[in-house]
Amino acid sequence: MARSIDVSDLDIYYGDFLAVQGVNLTVRARSVTAFIGPSGCGKSTMLRSLNRMHEVIPGARVEGKVMVDGQSLYDPSIDPVAVRRQIGMVFQRPNPFPTMSIYDNVLAGNRLNSRRMKKAEADDVVERSLRRANLWAEVKDRLGRPGMGLSGGQQQRLCIARAIAVEPQVLLMDEPCSALDPISTSAIEDLIHELKADYTIVIVTHNMQQAARVSDDTGFFNLKAAGQPGHLVEFNATRKMFSNPDNAATEAYISGRFG
Amino acid sequence: MTTTLEEAPPRRPLTMTAPRLPGWAPVLVGVLAVCGSGLLALLAGWGAVAVFALAVLGFLVALPLWSLAVEGQRSATDRLMTSLVWTASGVAVVPLAWLVLTVVRHGLPEVNASFLTFDMRNVVGDQQGGIYHAIIGTLLVTLAAAAISVPIGLFCAIYLVEYGKGKRLARWVTFLVDVMTGIPSIVAGLFALALFVLLFGPEIRLGFGGSVALSLLMVPIVVRSTEEMLRLVPDDLREASYALGVPKWRTIVKVVLPTSLGGIITGVMLATARVIGETAPLLVVAGKTDSVNVNLFGERMTTLPVYIYYQFTQPGTVPFDAPPGTEAPGIARAWGAALVLIAIVMALNLVARLVGRIFAPGTNQKKG
Repeated sequence: MARSIDVSDLDIYYGDFLAVQGVNLTVRARSVTAFIGPSGCGKSTMLRSLNRMHEVIPGARVEGKVMVDGQSLYDPSIDPVAVRRQIGMVFQRPNPFPTMSIYDNVLAGNRLNSRRMKKAEADDVVERSLRRANLWAEVKDRLGRPGMGLSGGQQQRLCIARAIAVEPQVLLMDEPCSALDPISTSAIEDLIHELKADYTIVIVTHNMQQAARVSDDTGFFNLKAAGQPGHLVEFNATRKMFSNPDNAATEAYISGRFG
Repeated sequence: MTTTLEEAPPRRPLTMTAPRLPGWAPVLVGVLAVCGSGLLALLAGWGAVAVFALAVLGFLVALPLWSLAVEGQRSATDRLMTSLVWTASGVAVVPLAWLVLTVVRHGLPEVNASFLTFDMRNVVGDQQGGIYHAIIGTLLVTLAAAAISVPIGLFCAIYLVEYGKGKRLARWVTFLVDVMTGIPSIVAGLFALALFVLLFGPEIRLGFGGSVALSLLMVPIVVRSTEEMLRLVPDDLREASYALGVPKWRTIVKVVLPTSLGGIITGVMLATARVIGETAPLLVVAGKTDSVNVNLFGERMTTLPVYIYYQFTQPGTVPFDAPPGTEAPGIARAWGAALVLIAIVMALNLVARLVGRIFAPGTNQKKG
């Protein structure tokens, strides 16, 4: 069920401002791809352009091609809503719906799209998603409580459960652990390893060790200079990136000597 | 020219204590100020308001001066500002409390079951009259006004926040809404009158015309408050919903509106409370009658503010055998009606608060 993504010559704009320029990469199916790079270099922008979340911001647009399983994502005939049902996303800050209980939050993707479900089926989806997100044991006795009552790490895992409850083909994660403590981070990394069997995962992270731990491929983004668009410096297997990168800038960034 | 460590200047002792006035100092100064101004007033023969004003002034001068002498400048400024803030909030509350007290004192004797259930048809002199027709009128006219303004205001706010961001049309709408907020209510009434006169001829007076006039006043308030509430919904939630493949309209209906529902309902209630006391537009377009009229679309319709106005301007005559100093019967009815109106507005406010609390998104333990 997982899908690969081919990106070719992608330019991403906010209005007239070119944020990311000339990206070419391939995200392999059933693998974890990490995007690393300094702040403001367009990693998140790049990620958001992979499920057409980018255009939610007024004036934002994209030039170039993103091919998912042979279909061009930015073709006029493509429905962005349908795209997002296939390509889920987890955000940097946990954002459970404040009006909904834990149970309803997990089912939100199905409920909001008014998919009819039997009670037993819904229960099943909730339990399966929460188990996969490593949260079931902690919340199984209080599924009716508001999702906002959980701790930050639990909320983030709830958001992951919510994202995988609609069974997307691809899961995009935008710094999912940046607000979490090491224990929750480790839980989420374990989860990423488990999910890799069924999903294609793209993760943006500031944490080099995390990229090295969880990903199979890594893309390093950088800015040529302040005010210049971000670009993809190097895209390679993670093992190679962290041991013997092709590009000197990559090595400098990864080893902490930036610039 | 050699400097050694021994020659370094000695460390100043770390002082973290400062002289402080005792905790009862403000109370003492307050009591003294009241006593002093009271004494002065006794000698000069002033009234209670002067005593109070002088006491406040004395307190405002004395406490900071004492503080300056003992505690230093920063604390003195702090005490002066604190006292000023307290005084200002007190002064702000006094008229309100006074008003409510006066209305209750004059109105309460008049309000009883008959007053609430009688109308004014064929009531002469000090016969038992009532406000039943005016209550019915107020509720119907205001309800119809809300029924017109809430959908318009809500959809307008949704357009402004969710669809019109940065568009020229949205800027114009915002500007016009701001202008509408400032429309004098009598102008809204005249507009509604002109509209209905154009449609139905010069003799037309109807309750619905009043509703149209009130909705002109209400729409901008509803738009403004709803807009603020919708803006408070974090974009994170919208994006979370989009990322689940939920279409935009469903995101608005199922995520944005429920999240801000409490605030929206509060805003609507407050807008209703704001227009329920309008007199001028209703005077112009809804007219005045002494009978119960439950048909919004035909005949004149009295509302409480208009009733109060007429009872006050045409209070009837004092019976010739009444003791001197007796008020005309209409005056008492006006006070009674004012009390009922205030009670309705306060009830609306309380309901608004309650509803706001009930629908506020639950954050039982801690915030995320």
